[in-house]
Amino acid sequence: MIKVENVNKSFGTLEVLKGVNLTVAPGEVVVVIGPSGSGKSTLLRCMNYLEKINCGRIYIDGKLIGLREINGRLLEAPAREVYKMRADIGMVFQRFNLFPHMTVLENLIEAPVLVRKISKQEAAERALKLLEKVGLSDKANSYPAHLSGGQQQRVAIARALAMEPKIMLFDEPTSALDPELVGEVLAVMKDLAKEGMTMVVVTHEMGFAKEVADRVIFMDEGKIMEEGIPSQIFTNPKHPRTREFLSKIL
Amino acid sequence: MITSFGIVWDWAFTIKMLPLLIKGAGMTVTLTAFAITFGTIVGLIIAFLKIIKNPVLNYLGGLYTWVFRGIPLLVQLFIIHYALPVATGINFEPFVSAVIGISLCGGAYIAEIIRAGIQSVDKGQMEAALSLGMSYSQAMRKIIIPQTYRRLIPPMGNEFITLLKDTALVSTITMVELLRTAQIYAASHFKPFEMFITAGLIYLMLTTFFTVIFGKLENKLAQSE
Repeated sequence: MIKVENVNKSFGTLEVLKGVNLTVAPGEVVVVIGPSGSGKSTLLRCMNYLEKINCGRIYIDGKLIGLREINGRLLEAPAREVYKMRADIGMVFQRFNLFPHMTVLENLIEAPVLVRKISKQEAAERALKLLEKVGLSDKANSYPAHLSGGQQQRVAIARALAMEPKIMLFDEPTSALDPELVGEVLAVMKDLAKEGMTMVVVTHEMGFAKEVADRVIFMDEGKIMEEGIPSQIFTNPKHPRTREFLSKIL
Repeated sequence: MITSFGIVWDWAFTIKMLPLLIKGAGMTVTLTAFAITFGTIVGLIIAFLKIIKNPVLNYLGGLYTWVFRGIPLLVQLFIIHYALPVATGINFEPFVSAVIGISLCGGAYIAEIIRAGIQSVDKGQMEAALSLGMSYSQAMRKIIIPQTYRRLIPPMGNEFITLLKDTALVSTITMVELLRTAQIYAASHFKPFEMFITAGLIYLMLTTFFTVIFGKLENKLAQSE
């Protein structure tokens, strides 16, 4: 479903990703952990081309993202193709990024109507079902500013799902939340994982990683240091950096 | 009314002249309306040149602001009305020169207001819109620009008040508006006291009107926040 091949990414002279390789199978839930500055958020952002990569390739569903290959040479893909591919990749941000000038319902129907070209009525029906799923049916006509952080993030998940994506990317979805609101967001993500959604989750919630992840990736200094099933990573980490990181946070 | 310097406020003269001053104020309002309309159009175009991802257009936008914000409006008016006709042979009516001058200059300020408004929208908004599959222009139209309306209102209100007051400068290119009317009758009847103070009060009433309207607009758009 996702194939990351030898990806490098620099911001100026700072090398953030140094040759990352990663494959995610359909329906798989991959949790990426690691210290801040390890490049895990950047890797996620590269997957839907919010960041351009300097070299390497990322395939989503078999298609190269952001680039096209012509006679063995890599060229930048036209913007239109990038937009189209992003529509199939949902993304949830640390800071929610709901549209503050729109109600919850409008947040959910804007992109499906604009991008998928479905009718407003159909989009609204789907949106209401999604709001029910994330437990916020009564908030359809509220503005984001009137919701708690946990509620806003659940709306943000529903907004991404409204595009019926094949993949969901979560960029530290609970890091900006008060501790008592983390659970409600993780619960929604767990349900999604159970339904078989392909998910890549960057998080510091080790409980979630243990319980939900099919595979855990440990990143440090722009590289994948270690990967494995949660029970192996958390109880018997092989790499000393993984051990060091886990001993600090567990 | 008698002041401490022994000057007598001539009420009869003031009242007699009031219709003429109000007619001049009408011209001031007309000029302001034209200047706001064209100034906003110019401002939108220049702001667009500045935010679009194209170095050449960015440069042109910057050049425009540099020139029209850097030369005093009074000098710009003299150039348009007195200097350019010498070179081009095209003479504008004072009204046309006035509208061109104020709009071009006001446009430079309005462009800066719009640019700053757009750039003040959180970067995460564009990213969220793009991540949902929207194109850059769809994201701009539906997500970014609507969020600037409310924050544009205070600086735009300020700018419109400035434009209104700047119309007083066109009295120097023989445009008969409120100040010029006051000047003419102050000189001919030797009543500067009555004429200029009355003119000042009329300007104050006009700018107050903008202040009130923009205050109401701001409250109306505050609903979602």
